Amino acid sequence: MSHSTVSGGARGGGIGAFVRDERAPALPAPAATIGGFGWLRANLFSTPFNALLTLATVALALLIIPPLVRFLIIDAVWEGADRDACLVSEARPVVGACWAFARDRLAYFVYGSFPIPERWRVDVFFVFLALSIIWILRIDAPRRDLAAWNFFVVLPSVSIVLLSGAKLIGLAPVDTTLWGGVLVTIVVASVGIVVSLPLGVLLALGRRSTMPAVRLVCTLFIEIVRGVPLITVLFMASVMLPLFVPPVWTPDKLIRALVGIALFASAYMAEVVRAGLQAVARGQYEAAAAVGLGYWQLMRFIVLPQALRVTIPNIVNSYIALFKDTTLVFIVGIFDLLKTIEVARADPQWATPVTSTTGYAIAAIFYLTFCYMMTRYAMRVERRLGVGLGR
Amino acid sequence: MIKDVSNAPALREESEQRPVAVELIGVNKWFGKFHVLRDVNLCVTSGERIVICGPSGSGKSTLIRCINALEEHEQGRVIVAGVELSQDLKRIDEVRRETGMVFQQFNLFPHLTILENCTLAPIWVRRRPAREAEDLARQILAKVKIPEQADKYPGQLSGGQQQRVAIARALCMQPKIMLFDEPTSALDPEMVKEVLDTMVELAMEGMTMLVVTHEMGFARQVADRVVFMDEGQIVEMAAPDRFFDNPQHERTKQFLGQILR
Ligand SMILES: Nc1ncnc2c1ncn2[C@@H]1O[C@H](COP(=O)(O)OP(=O)(O)O)[C@@H](O)[C@H]1O
Ligand SMILES: [Mg+2]
Repeated sequence: MSHSTVSGGARGGGIGAFVRDERAPALPAPAATIGGFGWLRANLFSTPFNALLTLATVALALLIIPPLVRFLIIDAVWEGADRDACLVSEARPVVGACWAFARDRLAYFVYGSFPIPERWRVDVFFVFLALSIIWILRIDAPRRDLAAWNFFVVLPSVSIVLLSGAKLIGLAPVDTTLWGGVLVTIVVASVGIVVSLPLGVLLALGRRSTMPAVRLVCTLFIEIVRGVPLITVLFMASVMLPLFVPPVWTPDKLIRALVGIALFASAYMAEVVRAGLQAVARGQYEAAAAVGLGYWQLMRFIVLPQALRVTIPNIVNSYIALFKDTTLVFIVGIFDLLKTIEVARADPQWATPVTSTTGYAIAAIFYLTFCYMMTRYAMRVERRLGVGLGR
Repeated sequence: MIKDVSNAPALREESEQRPVAVELIGVNKWFGKFHVLRDVNLCVTSGERIVICGPSGSGKSTLIRCINALEEHEQGRVIVAGVELSQDLKRIDEVRRETGMVFQQFNLFPHLTILENCTLAPIWVRRRPAREAEDLARQILAKVKIPEQADKYPGQLSGGQQQRVAIARALCMQPKIMLFDEPTSALDPEMVKEVLDTMVELAMEGMTMLVVTHEMGFARQVADRVVFMDEGQIVEMAAPDRFFDNPQHERTKQFLGQILR
């Protein structure tokens, strides 16, 4: 019965002539392709090589995960006032991560030497930043046009006043040399992220401009900055600039590093955006020109939305790289998270064989969490935009 | 298949007194060393429908794109809706506001909805209030018979529907002149008719149209004049009856022999 559709196959008499006279019924899929077992076979053991990879992955996981869990959780020390808690003793023959150390120095890791009575300002900054990020990133959030203004204009200006202080409104000035830890890491990364996209877009447009002078300047800037390691840029900003520029003109060390990082990130972002611009079809430019859109309207409404969309994975990739590169500022003596961990782990009060490992574990968890969140967001946006375009 | 435009002869006589919509005088253009347009002269009066045909590479697209300055001509004069095109960007903008263009590949904006495709230029170029632009867009989408697709994205529409949106997008700028560059060449055969019908309707409303196409049925029934191009020159230009039934030039005869089979 299931193959009855061919029953009238010879109708019409001629060889090869065929008229279907019954609809082929929709049948359920064969069992082997669905269900847990089918999934396993299709995805993990489809070929001998695939099976080998699966087994190797499992073996590697078994090798790494149990010791990690033992060190970070099972053998970890959670309570304690000083190094004695994390030393090997008769009561504690194996010592894992020294979380007591982390708890004790947590405030230092977050705020650096920011004056204790003023630390609420940092907290407000963190909350404001988090809310602004959520507002601008949530695709279904209300008034996203305002969110952009908030993110690129309100947030930076409020943050500057909040963190460095303003006598006028009764906020005591806090010198940037006192800033440190997560605060500095977040400030450096945010400035890099916020500045590099718009500046990168302008540089990319400039590099494709029809005006030779603009094109030359942008190309030179991009190529020179890309040809220099970030560490060199930072050294130049912090060590060499003061040699050439009178001290009154030299802004403070953190700002110099911020400018260096922002310009560096912009040059890379420009190349990422340029690749996206090249992906926009010529026909789009022509259609926009034909309906009378001018250059900036064409860029704003037609080209950039499409270019940035296809570039999102690469933009996020740059952001992740930038976020991790901010750790380099500690080489020029700025107290980012990694530097505060460096300082704390050398503190005799907590010096034990596991202190350093614990400190670096904190850094790893911190960077991993943020980078993972960025990746997840990029994936969600990509999926959503794919749906929106009906492709 | 295509509606008969019974009043076409009357319109043609009347057109003698109508103002000039597009005028090309001694236009020449080169791509590098390649002489792509050679001494092209063409005068189109307001309300006239011109069909341009010719073998591939003969310069039809280049010619029609010179009319809205998507290509720059190097010699001669191009006057569109009373404005002579020059290097002056203001004049280019002025001309582009008055001419709508429909491309072979549709070139809709894929990241905008159909409605946004149709309202973007009216709002930002013509400075129409958003509501007004939207009302007009819906009206025109209804005219091209796809009012229900307004909130979809171009990628969700069939080729024929996309091309009708492209026509609607151009019409929303309320142009005086419409340019079509092989509007049905990229379409599956069953969708050609819906687009041609839309164009016939537009022709009947008196729109000035320059259409590059090989749809000879359309040319015969709608065109006031058929222009035949070869190697960058206008080789023959005549009313459709004469053009198809009694072509003069050897090249024209050869070309018609090929495409009419
Ligand atoms: N941007 C360009 N640069 C160089 N050559 C071009 C360019 N555009 C078109 N051409 C050439 O000019 C000739 C005419 O092209 P086109 O006007 O598109 O012809 P048609 O539309 O009649 O097929 C072709 O030989 C084509 O290869
Ligand atoms: Mg062409």
